[in-house]
Amino acid sequence: MADDALFDFLHMEIVSQVTKSDPGSLQDGVTMSKLEQIGYSTGYRFIERLTKDLSRFKDELEVMKAICKDFWSAVFKKQVDNLRTNHQGVYVLQDNKFRFLASISNSRQYLELAPKYLVFTCGLLRGALASLGLTCIVTAEVTTMPACKFQVHLQRA
Amino acid sequence: MARPGVRATDAKKINSELFTLTYGALVSQLLKDYENAEDVNRQLDRMGYNIGVRIIEDFLARTSTARCTDMRDTAEKIQSAFKMYLGVNPTVTSWSSASDEFSLLFDQNPMTEFVELPESCLSLKYCNLFCGIIRGACEMVQLEVTSWFVQDSLKGDPTTELRVKFVKKLEDAMPAGED
Repeated sequence: MADDALFDFLHMEIVSQVTKSDPGSLQDGVTMSKLEQIGYSTGYRFIERLTKDLSRFKDELEVMKAICKDFWSAVFKKQVDNLRTNHQGVYVLQDNKFRFLASISNSRQYLELAPKYLVFTCGLLRGALASLGLTCIVTAEVTTMPACKFQVHLQRA
Repeated sequence: MARPGVRATDAKKINSELFTLTYGALVSQLLKDYENAEDVNRQLDRMGYNIGVRIIEDFLARTSTARCTDMRDTAEKIQSAFKMYLGVNPTVTSWSSASDEFSLLFDQNPMTEFVELPESCLSLKYCNLFCGIIRGACEMVQLEVTSWFVQDSLKGDPTTELRVKFVKKLEDAMPAGED
């Protein structure tokens, strides 16, 4: 029964722990991939716990819907606001009030710091999808906080 | 929003699992980065401290507790904070004769729910984050304390015991910076 605040603080600490080891290196792939990796292994395990009583998903779209509803509500206490797809394996998940950004700013202030608060969640998504059998690349973008978009590129075998 | 077949999710339980899994992923990443368990313990304590200095504000704002009168009072509040943030109810026992030192006993610990320590990590204090949190939080209310694990169920002890010792009262001064 961990409280939300505790999870938010832990996330903040993880971000600062991982990024401080080599400061000024937001572009640095190694730093970011560590953060992403922490998210990945969390997501991979967490989705197993979350879906253990669900019936098998019929197709890709159903998996994405479950991610937007059940997974997002379990992690962020709300559903994804908008899901779009080009039906060729690209999905865009938009969250208008992303939890990890909501308490940072609601304008363009601190915009340059926003990306590092999204990497964990990218990993979380990639891990969750991997566990459900979908290999993908997840990227994120922010134009105005606290809204952000996650783009999921599914890799077809 | 619930589709047929979706169980009524126990939101709090799920939430706790998310926290536990995230923490586990963090610890394993730290173990990869530092290789030396002692360094990992230190990092966890430091991170806990940073969380502690922030979480105390949340705690005070939400509970509107007053200043502690003595250590027994403090112990009770630490106990209620564990209840509030982690949903566990540790028992406060083993007071020292001077009433400046006590133990928190955890029968179950949600943090270690999915954890097994391999042989190579025997010096790792998995929950060292707690020590840092307690230290950081107390420091913000001008109590200098130290805390450490005496027993750890992950290492085969019957329970998990966290010892907290009062060091001194901090005088009114500028709080020290992070790190």
